[in-house]
Amino acid sequence: MGDPLFWHRLQFGFTATYHYLFPQLTMGLALVIVIFKALGLRTGEARYSDAARFWIRIFGINFAVGVVTGIPLEFQFGTNWARFSQLSGGIIGQTLGMEGMFAFFLESSFLGLLIWGEKKLSPKGHFGAAVALWLGSWLSGYFIIATNAFMQHPTGFAVAADGTLQLTSFWAFLLNPWALGQYAHNMIAAVVTGSFVVAAVGAYWTLKGIHPVQANLNLRTGTIMGLVFSVLVAFPTGDIQGKLVAKHQPITLAAMEGRFESGPRAALTLIGQPDVTMHKIENPIKVPAVLSFIAFGTFSSNVKGLLEFPQDQWPQNIELLYYGFHIMAGLGTLMIGLMALAVFLLWRGKLATTRPLLWAVMLAVPFPYIATTAGWVVAEFGRQPWLIYGVLRTAQGSSPLVHAGHTAFTTLGFAGIFVVLSMLWLFLIGRELAHGPESPAH
Amino acid sequence: METLWFWLVSVMVAIYVVMDGFDFGAGILHLVVAKTNEERRQVLGAIGPLWDGNEVWLLAGGGSLFLAFPKVLASGFSGFYLAMWLVVWSLMLRGISIEFRSHVQDGLWRHFWDATFAVSSVLLPVLLGAALGNVLRGVPLDGTGYFSMPLWTDFQLGPQPGILDWYTVLIGVFALVTVAAHGALFLAWKTEGPVHLRAKHLAPRLWLLVLVVWVAASAATARVNPAILHNLPGAPLAWVAILLYLAGLGLVFVGLGRERFLLAFLGSGAFILGLLAASAACVFPVMLRSTLNPAFDLTALNASVGGHGLRTGLVWWLLGFPLALGYVAFLFRFHRGKVAAAEEGEGY
Ligand code: HDD
Ligand code: HEM
Ligand code: HEM
Repeated sequence: MGDPLFWHRLQFGFTATYHYLFPQLTMGLALVIVIFKALGLRTGEARYSDAARFWIRIFGINFAVGVVTGIPLEFQFGTNWARFSQLSGGIIGQTLGMEGMFAFFLESSFLGLLIWGEKKLSPKGHFGAAVALWLGSWLSGYFIIATNAFMQHPTGFAVAADGTLQLTSFWAFLLNPWALGQYAHNMIAAVVTGSFVVAAVGAYWTLKGIHPVQANLNLRTGTIMGLVFSVLVAFPTGDIQGKLVAKHQPITLAAMEGRFESGPRAALTLIGQPDVTMHKIENPIKVPAVLSFIAFGTFSSNVKGLLEFPQDQWPQNIELLYYGFHIMAGLGTLMIGLMALAVFLLWRGKLATTRPLLWAVMLAVPFPYIATTAGWVVAEFGRQPWLIYGVLRTAQGSSPLVHAGHTAFTTLGFAGIFVVLSMLWLFLIGRELAHGPESPAH
Repeated sequence: METLWFWLVSVMVAIYVVMDGFDFGAGILHLVVAKTNEERRQVLGAIGPLWDGNEVWLLAGGGSLFLAFPKVLASGFSGFYLAMWLVVWSLMLRGISIEFRSHVQDGLWRHFWDATFAVSSVLLPVLLGAALGNVLRGVPLDGTGYFSMPLWTDFQLGPQPGILDWYTVLIGVFALVTVAAHGALFLAWKTEGPVHLRAKHLAPRLWLLVLVVWVAASAATARVNPAILHNLPGAPLAWVAILLYLAGLGLVFVGLGRERFLLAFLGSGAFILGLLAASAACVFPVMLRSTLNPAFDLTALNASVGGHGLRTGLVWWLLGFPLALGYVAFLFRFHRGKVAAAEEGEGY
């Protein structure tokens, strides 16, 4: 408890995880809103603009919480990870600076126009504001993912004599293959979150028998988008992520899979409990050779196990990695199944009357949030014990002179603020849901 | 290249102070100039579409500092650890109070957010001003390039000062008065009716207060950091900046006299820009001064990343900066004219 490093990690992980609960919905809804606005513009039907108006109100509340929870993260690079910032600022400062210049300015300038400007702008102008916000939020996602990707798989840099990292190739850094793969997977996951929320609201109104036109529209849109993007999150993008990990962080892969021994025709563990001290998986159910195929594309490839690597390079929390990964992939499979069933019934015209499935769609809202959080836990704990993979150890990146007590105290402060923010968010979103799609002006 | 980046970062920070300064000022004054719910919403309507963009100047400025002088960022942010979180929490509560106040039509709800908005708007300039005070006074940087400071010690200057001592608090108060006066001009310009009248009435009084505190703050700075006066003759940019803030100050009073509030507001913007630029020119190249030994100062030369990184940053900076200015111009144009309170449910 007296170890400052522990508290720095806890504080950063806690605040980043909390922040990301909001942008994922922002980024997902931004696309949904653009789609509704575009359909409204093309067909001239009021139901599309009404749907867009409802989601814009939700978006506004969610966005505000996203903004205020994002600000502390930016500061934490300096306050908690001073040595990391000092060494790598010349590189990650590029993407963080560009995020401000190119994405945050765009978002913040058009947000007001999107939320309050429908009356003042032409329909095309309002659609333009929606597109600007979508671009801004997705651009912001890219810059931050590129920053994270540099920590996962550093590219485009050299280590100078004084130990600082110097940028050698801007494009190699910005177009890091890890960033491209991670971005695709992560953004699609954000659309999954958005779709599940839209579908759940549609299901809720259908179950209550209110707002029939909007209930139907949201249920349809949410389930169809939910199915498409749930599939995309697993294949090809989840698969690409897996291959990147296999290639560049083989120890992480071994930990995610709970694999201790090396060898060809590696089996995929579906269920089982890893026992790290005994170096084995208890009660496993395995599919032979599939892991080799997933990781490298052939059934005969050798997938290394943890025992192949020195223990000081193992991620510290192997159980968490194993469970985190299996929760993400397991929920992903479940979500594909749920949405496939819903879309099938929709196609047969029976979804609106199949109440158990409507309940399931409504109650499935937490799934994408849990899967996303688990995914980040896998990515961030899998990177351990490195802060910048292969270059800088986490223990060497924290601020040298900040006391554990200060960090512990401010972490509690954040916990308090986050409780208040969560209550406000729930209260305001709940009001909007109760209020329904018709805006007060109508 | 290092010199150029020193100035780019200074410009970003100065623009941040001018931009967020007027919405801080509106927050400081709103309990005084806006009495009814309608009037409060008029104030929020004036800054609502702008405040988040204004704050992005801080993030983008911080990003530029990070990119060019990571040592300064690392040392300063970790050294001011507790004060940083006070700033961040105030920023968070302030953002939420602006965004959430109008969502619920309930008296208590709105009183609560009005108070939060006012308190956080007062705290922020004091804290940020005190931060500037720390930079001017110096911090106990040692040979490792790091320092750690308690929030306060005995409020005296010395080799081991606290973040808050009499000098930094004075600079904080100066910042508070200045942004309040700046905000009064903004409100006088953008509003009509009672809010306009009250802001108009307050503005000249606040500006006289600015002059008084300014003299005190300048005298104290000359004592605390004599190097500043010493550098002045050899820093031509500082003279330009001094001209700028004197001209700005002139415009403020001319604008106030003729009731041309846009003119006065631009003048107060120039005043703030000029003051900050003059300070930057006088401390250059020192970015973080050591109270222990000048050899430990972090300067634009010894704290920079140098080379390829700075050149690359410059390319996108030159693309992004006009774009950001363009958004600002667009927003001000789109929201031109006096602001009236929006209908319930239709805006801030
Ligand atoms: C709706 C959310 C969601 C779902 C259903 C999935 N993922 Fe995922 N995954 C994410 C959301 C996510 C994420 C939050 O977006 C992560 C965290 C870091 C990142 O960039 O993406 C991620 C990271 C991530 C990683 C990288 C770990 C690392 O960087 O060390 C891998 C290998 C996978 N995923 C693989 C999969 C596979 C094979 C899935 C099969 C169904 C899957 N994910 C479903
Ligand atoms: C680009 C985005 C991100 C960056 C640059 C980043 C950076 C960091 C840093 C510097 C640490 C502390 C060092 C360490 O322990 O490894 C950390 C830890 C952590 N991050 Fe991230 N992070 C990012 C995104 C996220 C997101 C979105 C989440 C969650 C949703 C997240 C979850 C965590 C967690 C759980 C930890 C703690 C892990 C541990 O204790 O080692 N991160 N991250
Ligand atoms: C450590 C990592 C992170 C930092 C430093 C960070 C920083 C920030 C900041 C400062 C804001 C507020 C911007 C404003 O004032 O308008 C923000 C909002 C946002 N962030 Fe993050 N963020 C991090 C992680 C992430 C991740 C991983 C993503 C997505 C991939 C993301 C996406 C967004 C988006 C879309 C917004 C817009 C507001 C919202 O969605 O609610 N952020 N972030």
